[in-house]
Amino acid sequence: MSSNATKDHPQLAAIFNRDEPRVDWHDETLWWVRAKRDIAAHKLPEWELLRETASQIKNNVLSNLSTYLEQFEANAINNGIIVHWAATAEEHNKIIYTLLEKRGISRMVKSKSMLTEECHLNEYLLKQGIDVIDSDLGERIVQLAGEPPSHIVLPCIHKKKEEIGDIFHEHLGSAKGESDPKILTETARQHLREVFLTRRAALTGVNFAIAETGEFVICTNEGNADMGAHLAEIHIASMGIEKIIPERKHLGVFLRLLTRSATGQPITTYSSHFSKPQDGKEIHIVIVDNGRSIQLGREDFRNSLKCIRCGACMNTCPVYRKSGGHSYHTAVAGPIGSILAPNLDMEKYADLPFASTLCGSCSNVCPVKIDIHDQLYKWRQVIVKAGYTPKAKTLAMKGMAFTLSSPMIYRAAGKMGRFTFKYAPFAVNNGANPWYKHREMPKAPEQSFGEWYAKRKENKK
Amino acid sequence: MKVALFVPCYVDQFYPQAAIATLELLEKLGCEVHYPKNQTCCGQPMANSGYEHLTGGCNNLFIDNFAGYDYIVCPSGSCTLHIKEHLHSHENEDKASEIRKRVFELTEFLVDILQVKSLEASFPYKVGMHQSCHGLRGLRISQMTELVAPPFSKPAQLLGMVKGLELVPLSRADDCCGFGGTFCVVEEAVSSKMGKDRVDDHIEHGAQYITSADLSCLMHLEGILRRQNSEVKVIHVAEILNHSI
Repeated sequence: MSSNATKDHPQLAAIFNRDEPRVDWHDETLWWVRAKRDIAAHKLPEWELLRETASQIKNNVLSNLSTYLEQFEANAINNGIIVHWAATAEEHNKIIYTLLEKRGISRMVKSKSMLTEECHLNEYLLKQGIDVIDSDLGERIVQLAGEPPSHIVLPCIHKKKEEIGDIFHEHLGSAKGESDPKILTETARQHLREVFLTRRAALTGVNFAIAETGEFVICTNEGNADMGAHLAEIHIASMGIEKIIPERKHLGVFLRLLTRSATGQPITTYSSHFSKPQDGKEIHIVIVDNGRSIQLGREDFRNSLKCIRCGACMNTCPVYRKSGGHSYHTAVAGPIGSILAPNLDMEKYADLPFASTLCGSCSNVCPVKIDIHDQLYKWRQVIVKAGYTPKAKTLAMKGMAFTLSSPMIYRAAGKMGRFTFKYAPFAVNNGANPWYKHREMPKAPEQSFGEWYAKRKENKK
Repeated sequence: MKVALFVPCYVDQFYPQAAIATLELLEKLGCEVHYPKNQTCCGQPMANSGYEHLTGGCNNLFIDNFAGYDYIVCPSGSCTLHIKEHLHSHENEDKASEIRKRVFELTEFLVDILQVKSLEASFPYKVGMHQSCHGLRGLRISQMTELVAPPFSKPAQLLGMVKGLELVPLSRADDCCGFGGTFCVVEEAVSSKMGKDRVDDHIEHGAQYITSADLSCLMHLEGILRRQNSEVKVIHVAEILNHSI
């Protein structure tokens, strides 16, 4: 990740695009997931109603967030869950470290949680001497490769099975050159089984927390959250404040939408409810803000907190498919990440809202109807006004605005431009022109429409 | 019916034949068409790049040119959408809001307002239709594959009235071509890859022409086709609808 910190999306995407067959493979793989999502969605005639319902439930949640969080806290405590509040990523990491340190635990198993990625928990704990093993298969693969996930639902979608074989050979002792997914999965299963059995602490994310009952729900396809949580003495759940839903009956709406949007499945293999600890064990939940309340206060961007992390916007996004998750250099990649990240650090992520054609497909697949592409447009305005754009671009835009505000100057510039295209093509057809690198410039016609129209009018008189 | 023709800057400068076809087509269909001569640009290139605050001059100029017409018709979905969503003015907000309601992309104007049922056009070729995202998802001139709703397409409906034209199916009916305004130069690597893939989809299905209700996408796809020395040509939908042999 650190090597990516100085490069922006266009640069990272250009590196990814050096290997065109790989881009094609990445694009096809994610389009296949998008196609599965379409089939699943089109099987439900009430799909659009479900989306609208989910969106309205989330509107209610965002308008009454503190009430629902307090209700959840009271009910969770009543159930015997220990509740912690963290305002920042640092506080979140510290709370978790303290819980482990107190019990003398130095090894923890983790189920996939994008929030802990956002908080860089693994790196923090590693520095404190705590060993963390990610138990989701995809997460484990990227962890062994020393990379962050490139997709929130399919964390190692950017890796081919042969590459995974090499990683497993190096770290888990599988045979050299082995790339059979069945054999590789079995290798991971054996390895993780040992981990599950020996870890005293397990950390999971939270997909939905229910205010009414004080319970929380985790969705996994591999059952790894359950394995970790059931076998350990202490289960720590990390949850963003926006994960709350008011009542248990609302869960059905979200569970029906989540995996259909994510992978085209009717429902996750495991949708596990946690409401109280087993005898002699503990459940802790860390409720994290980390900039979310700031986003809640930004009227144009508050809707982004409705996100249920299905990843549908990534799978449909033509830019994501052709630039890869790592080009977004943030924990949550793709269109949704591009509207969440600038809230965390506007300067560092100033490039992301521009990494889009504003095609709008993301907003259409979003199961909770986040106006993603409109927010990308709005972030661009905010980022430019905040001064996080190159000076050359600002100058060019000022020149353009000046030219286009005056019909006379516009006509003169148009004429000059067409003249240049025609008689001095080398001035535009050169290496300094990013358009020309892969595309021919349009041919310049003899006359503009305006000129043609003036003559036509003249002739008609 | 007094119709003002809104010809976006890049169409005016590079693709006058599309604007001419639009004008002739509207006249054929009985409209009284005016071309306000001091028009320049809708301001979208600045706005989409984050410089909406620099578009005041363009907005006021647009209002000066286009206030007072029954309809404003434009052969570009993207520019139409920009006016519909973002045309504002401190001095003339009333006129701006009137214009936002009266501006139409050509194919939606033909289908929804003129309610065209038949055309005297022929174009005996295999044609692929590229759905421009702003026309598609912004103006909703066709149904989108992401939504669970009955299909329809205003440009396809019109192309269906053209004698001899065969519309070829595409593998990805409404994937973006990657033009995206300044995106095409800022993100040239991804943009050109997207364009190449879009072009390939049309070629694989035997298209001789790629058409669209948006020339900005076509300009990008044309640049790629010409770099590949391809025989396949781009043509604006207005040119097909106005075409007879």
